[in-house]
Amino acid sequence: MTLPDARAAAEHAARASHGRLVGLLSARTRDIAAAEDALADAFARALESWPNDGVPANPDAWLLTVARRSHGHQARRQGVAAAAQPALLLLADERAEAGAPATDPRLELMFVCAHPAIDAVARTPMMLTVVQGLTAERVAAAYLEAPATMGQRLVRAKARVKATDIPFQLPNRSDWPDRLGAVLEAVYAIASLAEGEGDGLLDEAVHLGRLLADALPREPEVRGLMALLLFLKGRRAAGRDLDGLYVPLDRQEPSRWDTVAIDAGERELAAAATLGRPGRYQLEAAIHSAHCWRRTGGATPWVAILSLHDRLALLAPTIGSEIARACALGEVHGPAAALERLAGLDAPAGCLPLLAAQAHWLDRAGRPVAARTAWREAVLAAHDPVIRRWLSEPGRAGAGAG
Amino acid sequence: MKYAILIYEPESDFELRQSPPDSAYWAAWMAYSADMNAVTTGGAPLELPQTATTVRLRDGKRLVQDGPYAETREQLGGFFVIDVPDLDAALDWAAKCPAANAGAIEVRPLMAMMGQ
Repeated sequence: MTLPDARAAAEHAARASHGRLVGLLSARTRDIAAAEDALADAFARALESWPNDGVPANPDAWLLTVARRSHGHQARRQGVAAAAQPALLLLADERAEAGAPATDPRLELMFVCAHPAIDAVARTPMMLTVVQGLTAERVAAAYLEAPATMGQRLVRAKARVKATDIPFQLPNRSDWPDRLGAVLEAVYAIASLAEGEGDGLLDEAVHLGRLLADALPREPEVRGLMALLLFLKGRRAAGRDLDGLYVPLDRQEPSRWDTVAIDAGERELAAAATLGRPGRYQLEAAIHSAHCWRRTGGATPWVAILSLHDRLALLAPTIGSEIARACALGEVHGPAAALERLAGLDAPAGCLPLLAAQAHWLDRAGRPVAARTAWREAVLAAHDPVIRRWLSEPGRAGAGAG
Repeated sequence: MKYAILIYEPESDFELRQSPPDSAYWAAWMAYSADMNAVTTGGAPLELPQTATTVRLRDGKRLVQDGPYAETREQLGGFFVIDVPDLDAALDWAAKCPAANAGAIEVRPLMAMMGQ
């Protein structure tokens, strides 16, 4: 085994198992930061030993054993009483060694990160780093914040979990309204970060969504979010053409959609609807479902989509959903209505979806000169090279017929 | 884990202390402390904030001031120390406190000292 192979195996284990291993390591000590340190040490040891000895049959168990040794050592050094409970320790070890633990510890870890005693702005970033194993730098970039600021916020939040003894367990049902919202929001954020990336973040979000839906099948918004994630997964491949170029939703070829995922999304949405409590994620999923009608050969049902957007705007107005709502309005009532609505939106400067929507509707309104200017502004606001290339094509910002 | 339940009450709550012993006000407090008895390891109600005296030592000189440390709308009216499994259990007790309606209850872990 060569070093690159061992590195790839360790990195794969790091990404795939980070949250699970941190959950197992910190459930007893409630010291997330120390668990992450111990895990980082274990990954470093893996890079040293795997190239010579080969990748172990069960990389997770190997990492857990090594990490637990150093984590236990740290905990004893710090005089943590919990580490001196041999019976519990043994029990946890046995559970881990038996392979799959009774429940996935990431579920508990997600609820720890979303606890109301944690600063609200730290909850989702903490879940992204602790459960998902993203670096603080990566999360900081997603939140347009300085890495140092984000790093400090995460350190404070983790210190708080330990100091206040936030429990590692699913909350009581009466606490769900407080806690579930933050968990769902974080899973949704992971899916948003996945857009335009091929590194499996969306699959991770789907997996976390599945954990939640299995644990809380009677919570309609959990099922609604799961449906939403499945629709995103079902259409992901079609969002790029065979040359890797961006394809907007209305140009996507339904035959390239993943019907298994979309059918599963429809089933989740139907299950959510029978629970009789509509909510933000169910409405968003319903909008996605409506966009998928094209796969049965029908036209996109814009009137229905507009009415879903109107209800969503009452429940959870976000700038992204308001832009999509204005576009639905345009499809139903014409370009002038869309442009008027878009002009009234209060978006931050350089908001790419707004600039692109304005350009699109200026085109549709037959105002090519104004549209060209808007497309060019959109190019300047785009960071993703694939999107930027699409915006720069002839007919949009680029020279040529349009 | 041990937590202090620090009870901050507005003026109106302190005035209610004048209520007769068989009033709803006192009944609520008696019921609360009785319910929590099994997990309570200490605590005490405090006299009115205006009975407080605050001391500072500056350059070795003692500065004594009448009144509580901070001029805030709510003042510390008493505290419990409870021993419960985790923060959620402590927050549940805090939410049941009669003063939670008009005032604020601060929940703080007791600092673990060496050798404990």
